[in-house]
Amino acid sequence: MLAHDSILVSMAVVLFGIVAVPVAMRTGRRGLLPYAFAAVYTNFFLVSVAAFAMVYALVTHDFSVSYVAQVGGRSTPLLFTVISLWGALEGSILFWAWVLSMYAAAVVWINSRRPGNLVPYAAATLLFVSFFFAILLVGPADPFGVVSPVPPDGPGPNPLLQNHILMAIHPPLLYLGYVGMSVPFAFAVGAMLSGEVETDDWMRITRRWTLSAWALLSAAIIAGMWWSYEVLGWGGYWAWDPVENASFLPWLTATAFLHSAMVQERRGMLRLWNLNLVVGTFLLTILGTFLTRSGIVSSVHAFTTGTIGYYFLAFIAIVMLASLALVAGNSERLRSTGRFDSAASRETVFLLNNLFLTAFMFTVLTGTLFPLVAEAIKGVKVSVGEPFFNRMSLPIVVTLLFLMGVGPALPWKAASKAELKAKLVPPAAGAGLMLVIALVAGARNVYALLAFAFAGYAAFANLREYWIGMRARRTAHGEGWGTALVRLVGGNRHRYGGYTAHLGVILVALGIAASSTFRTEYEATIKPGETISLSGHTLRLKSMWGREEPQRSVVGATLEVMDGSVVKGTMEPRMNFYPMSQAPVPTPAVRSRLLGDLYVNLQAFRPDGSNATIRVIYEPLVPWIWFGGGVVVFGALIAIFPTGRRTDA
Amino acid sequence: MNWKRATIAAACVVPLIILFGYGLTRDPKDIPSPLPGHEASPFALAVFAPGQPPLNRAPGDTVRLAELKGQVVVLNFWASWCLSCRDEHQILSETAKTYAGKPVHFVGVLYNDEPANGTQWIEQMGGQSYPSVNDPGARTAINYGLYGVPETYFLDVNGRIAYKATGPVNERLIRHVVDSLMAAGAK
Repeated sequence: MLAHDSILVSMAVVLFGIVAVPVAMRTGRRGLLPYAFAAVYTNFFLVSVAAFAMVYALVTHDFSVSYVAQVGGRSTPLLFTVISLWGALEGSILFWAWVLSMYAAAVVWINSRRPGNLVPYAAATLLFVSFFFAILLVGPADPFGVVSPVPPDGPGPNPLLQNHILMAIHPPLLYLGYVGMSVPFAFAVGAMLSGEVETDDWMRITRRWTLSAWALLSAAIIAGMWWSYEVLGWGGYWAWDPVENASFLPWLTATAFLHSAMVQERRGMLRLWNLNLVVGTFLLTILGTFLTRSGIVSSVHAFTTGTIGYYFLAFIAIVMLASLALVAGNSERLRSTGRFDSAASRETVFLLNNLFLTAFMFTVLTGTLFPLVAEAIKGVKVSVGEPFFNRMSLPIVVTLLFLMGVGPALPWKAASKAELKAKLVPPAAGAGLMLVIALVAGARNVYALLAFAFAGYAAFANLREYWIGMRARRTAHGEGWGTALVRLVGGNRHRYGGYTAHLGVILVALGIAASSTFRTEYEATIKPGETISLSGHTLRLKSMWGREEPQRSVVGATLEVMDGSVVKGTMEPRMNFYPMSQAPVPTPAVRSRLLGDLYVNLQAFRPDGSNATIRVIYEPLVPWIWFGGGVVVFGALIAIFPTGRRTDA
Repeated sequence: MNWKRATIAAACVVPLIILFGYGLTRDPKDIPSPLPGHEASPFALAVFAPGQPPLNRAPGDTVRLAELKGQVVVLNFWASWCLSCRDEHQILSETAKTYAGKPVHFVGVLYNDEPANGTQWIEQMGGQSYPSVNDPGARTAINYGLYGVPETYFLDVNGRIAYKATGPVNERLIRHVVDSLMAAGAK
């Protein structure tokens, strides 16, 4: 019960910190501040104790702990036992609280010497959020409940979660990204509370935090898509499920903020807007958790949802109303110091980018909440499916791709006609090339064609920026291409990191456009020795097999990939039977090549192994999505990495 | 303070909060089931846990739905690995006792589990007043469209599914459903 107590103690410590900051400010006793900071560190220590105690209980199969009895199992492999820390509600809240306490400790450690009132107020805000999670941990999401009598064994984690290694990566990335958004939020609130909102310091201090959180969230979304592709066996990677939308919503507003923050830094505009975006992003992370954890919208199997939804709702209401009052109270101080000079300028494109990203966010939010609205108003059960989201988001995505090509080409303030022509016309070659390729490949859908064309345009425009810069360095300094590239990027990493991230997004967009336009699939029941063919790929069923593992039984099919009569390789789709799960969990086999994946799933089989139903899907360019995600993160890393020469430029 | 802006923002925020509050009172999993009102699928399952007198049945006996016609049947699907089943176990067991001698029959159905584990679990939980049967291959569970455990099906005297409870049941619910089914059956 050490763990449970340490959460209780942490609540007292946190409460002290929350109160100490305003008291210190109001009474002028700044000597209190170091104690408030100490509360942040102590909270980190105490929550760490609880988190490690939980991991210990999981690893030692201590089924007297309710969370272990719920997700643990003696036959579960060690790795999946450890990661079941975030496999269910209570553990994920504990993990969240732990990450938050870690961030708070780090941000205070780095900035505690800064004069002024911003950092103390930001620390108090982070403590306030921590306090909410501590309440959850002692109340509706207590993972340390006592189970009596102690069961001899547990069911093991949800089979879907213990079936792929990506489950060890996706959730922590998501939490790191989600929780990371609390830092810019805390500093935005801190700036408003301390009256230091005019200095824009809150934004400069948190620039790297925001970028890191964004990069982690991007990586988490891509990893989640990959997981669903590799585990669920339907050959897709995105279905607009509320859980997916929950991770995508804050990503959209955070992306908008990364762009509009530049307008504020350069031109002193959009200050009120940026504050709203940061607060909105944080709210969306909490809202996403609320939506998926409270059982308010239909999500994955979870019976006892309990009362946690009410706690979240109260927290959301408090944060929404308090930040609303703060922003309204500070809005006079947030007047723009600059103004828009011309329609043909980079800030205009950023403004449009923000408009469309926000519209995208509202579209997805509306689709996610619509079933709730429909039930509230008309009392009918409806579900909003893919067609709505696809139809609504395609025009937005296509426009954003176009803007991604136009933005980097335009200068700040205003562009002359000649400049516009020189910058905007050449990328059309990229658009034309992609359009021809798409037409030849057989695409006829207008949005698909536009997506390919604009992706080509944006790719050309962003690559051209590198090329222009490198060429200038070669002329000016006589450097080789390689040196020129390294020095160019090193000289303005913020900017070229952004362009690199653009290239990553374009790769992702191409992968999605190609796989949704050109995907082909075929399903057949075949006997061993027979073949199944799809668009030039032939697979021969060699054998069926079965295997008993400690935690599951596995049935698999071995298929040979044929090139004429030559065997080029084998693929082994499997079905896993977990004792606690009604339906088998598939493990499709994926054979990745540069231009696409061959995706094979075992749909059904005769128990005597005399035949198997195999679904073959050809998924063009899907590997580009995963690679593009990597490029996005790499771009963000370029922009984040600290330099000796320039700081927070 | 910019009151105009604050008012507009509040006008957006407050309905959203109210909507969420409403949402919490609904259960999205409470999907209208096609089963209630339809004839329950017949079953013949072997008793592995006898229960306690007077509700007991000998181990190895076969419980057939067909024999229970004319009685209200409470069919509770459970498993030893199911945590929520622990929550309702005591309630079900105690409530069943109070219906001894009345035309009501409680049956536990073990789902995706070994009878040995089930027996051990019952012992640990302090016994079960009514008998439990084993459902090899989860065939009965599939016939009843089981979504997860625990789930409880209430069958009327004509062998129709009258009500299905998803998740742990409480005493008020059991009494309400069983009493109204008995009253309807007596007519």
